[in-house]
Amino acid sequence: MKLKTTKLTKNNLITYGFVIALFAVVQIFLSAGKVSSLMQGLLVPLCVYVILAISLNLVVGISGELSLGHAGFMCVGAFASAFFSKCTVDLIPVAGLRFLIALLIGAMAAAIFGILIGIPVLRLRGDYLAIVTLAFGEIIKNIANVLFVGKDSNGFHFSIKDAVSLNMEPDGVMLINGPQGITGTPGDSSFLIGILLVLVTLFVVLNLINSRDGRAIMSIRDNRIAAESVGINITKYKLMAFTVSAALAGAAGVLYAHNLSTLTAAPKNFGYNMSIMILVFVVLGGIGNMRGSIISAVLLTLLPELLRGLSDYRMLIYSIVLIVMMLFNWSPGAIELRKRYSPKRLLSKNKAAKEVE
Amino acid sequence: MSFISYLINGISLGSVYAIIALGYTMVYGIAKMLNFAHGDVIMVGGYVVLTVVSTMGFSPVVGILAAVVVCTILGVTIERVAYKPLRMASSPLAVLITAIGVSYLLQNIALLIFGANTKSFTSVVTVPALVLADGRLSVSGETQVTILVSIIIMAGLTVFIKKSKSGQAMLAVAEDKGAAQLMGINVNGTIALTFAIGSALAAIAGVLLCSAYPSLTPYTGAMPGIKAFVAAVFGGIGSIPGAMIGGILLGIIEILGKAYISSQMADAIVFAVLIVVLLVKPTGILGKQIQEKV
Repeated sequence: MKLKTTKLTKNNLITYGFVIALFAVVQIFLSAGKVSSLMQGLLVPLCVYVILAISLNLVVGISGELSLGHAGFMCVGAFASAFFSKCTVDLIPVAGLRFLIALLIGAMAAAIFGILIGIPVLRLRGDYLAIVTLAFGEIIKNIANVLFVGKDSNGFHFSIKDAVSLNMEPDGVMLINGPQGITGTPGDSSFLIGILLVLVTLFVVLNLINSRDGRAIMSIRDNRIAAESVGINITKYKLMAFTVSAALAGAAGVLYAHNLSTLTAAPKNFGYNMSIMILVFVVLGGIGNMRGSIISAVLLTLLPELLRGLSDYRMLIYSIVLIVMMLFNWSPGAIELRKRYSPKRLLSKNKAAKEVE
Repeated sequence: MSFISYLINGISLGSVYAIIALGYTMVYGIAKMLNFAHGDVIMVGGYVVLTVVSTMGFSPVVGILAAVVVCTILGVTIERVAYKPLRMASSPLAVLITAIGVSYLLQNIALLIFGANTKSFTSVVTVPALVLADGRLSVSGETQVTILVSIIIMAGLTVFIKKSKSGQAMLAVAEDKGAAQLMGINVNGTIALTFAIGSALAAIAGVLLCSAYPSLTPYTGAMPGIKAFVAAVFGGIGSIPGAMIGGILLGIIEILGKAYISSQMADAIVFAVLIVVLLVKPTGILGKQIQEKV
């Protein structure tokens, strides 16, 4: 038993070390001036995607539920925190403190949405659950697009129609301007903060997985009826995984929002396309494997940029690579083929042949 | 009067959703997979008609036939190349992600061939608008044709599945693949046939959709695809009458929501109704309640 624990810890340490090594390599390249400005602009989004992939993997891989609305939680976190930061940009001059509070607010808001959505949604199974999470994600995006919030001497004004119906005094300031979103969010994110958040996310998720609660969650995934019969509270543990995942996605949203000066809820960043992209990271990296999620999120984010020289063909190649990798990774035929020609087997075959001699 | 006009428009849009949803639901019933690329087959159908009719100058009938043939071949090819190898994969998510990959692929091929600009689609319908009630109610030709075509398709499909041998084979494979194979049914052939029918329906839906909303981009298929997916789940995924009912209800809700509540929130209203329905009936309106056994 003790041996197993140390093995687990070692495995987790490798994952942490991997992230830190990645950070170190990027820092070395940065100080050597070898990173193009385009790539530098990608560093924070890279951390955002990694956090999203890890957090979705908690739901898809550990809890075994297919969620297609993860971008919705990111949207909640992003808007809640950007709203806070914009309101308090003069009140709290210290960027670090402001970001920390914004982070807590974003994660809390997303967690509350996670609970509210999770309670009804987690009653459903399989593909029905997937479509309802997708629906919730789209609703959140849609509401963010029609939300108008302004502030004047009388306090806050809300509307879901247009800016005029806020009835503000002349001195009023628009805080959230419907489809134009929030402008002027302080740019408090940085690559270092991003990496720290990735490490915190990993710490939370890995510790949850290796805890008593985590084992309960995995037992529900493996056999719901058996888990229920030994007295595991299904709703509680499913909701726990879902909410933690939502809060982490909210944190990713905070990072995302504070990296941009303008935050809008476009289909591209908070729509189902984004949710699906995160799911692609998770499945390609290996369902339930956190290190795999990190690697695939990094690779798939960099791939279109590395292929930039091919201009028009890059997304075409991206999609072909995706299909081929899925076929290679998952089809029983390819798995058989890989086993037959794996280096391990070829080596042991040689050894066996030698022994016969 | 305006209510009736909205209602007719809703039925028309809903019929298109229903035709797309039929493809989704048949494929789901038989292959147990969500075919995310289905929406993009609609887009391909639209572009084929555009090329054949507007660029090459053939008659619309030739264009529609070409679209059906191209989409059918495309659907079967996709199934054969991308989905069939993953049918026995250990996780159902693998084929889902591959379908997403196929969806990206189709979009990007269309992007390369036709460019990102919106192409205006000349309607293939030449039926004049029907004016009723002393000119207070006008039903466009597109609407009439859409409703008529979808009634024909639904009736035809129901007869095909109930009466023909291949249709019965489809039901059998959907019920139990192993048992169907033991009864001498060609499972691979039946699945390919399902994809062929689904894609042909998508082509027709594409033509109808583009005639009613005459603009075409490589991403045209995505949103109707998602809506039809919602419609299929709404009616109970895997159920053919469910897809028809779900599609038409969804269309009506969307148009009425747009007209009476808020045009910006129409999508949110559609999704909210779906959530409410699923919370009351967790497997959709006509979905089968499957009891889990230990």
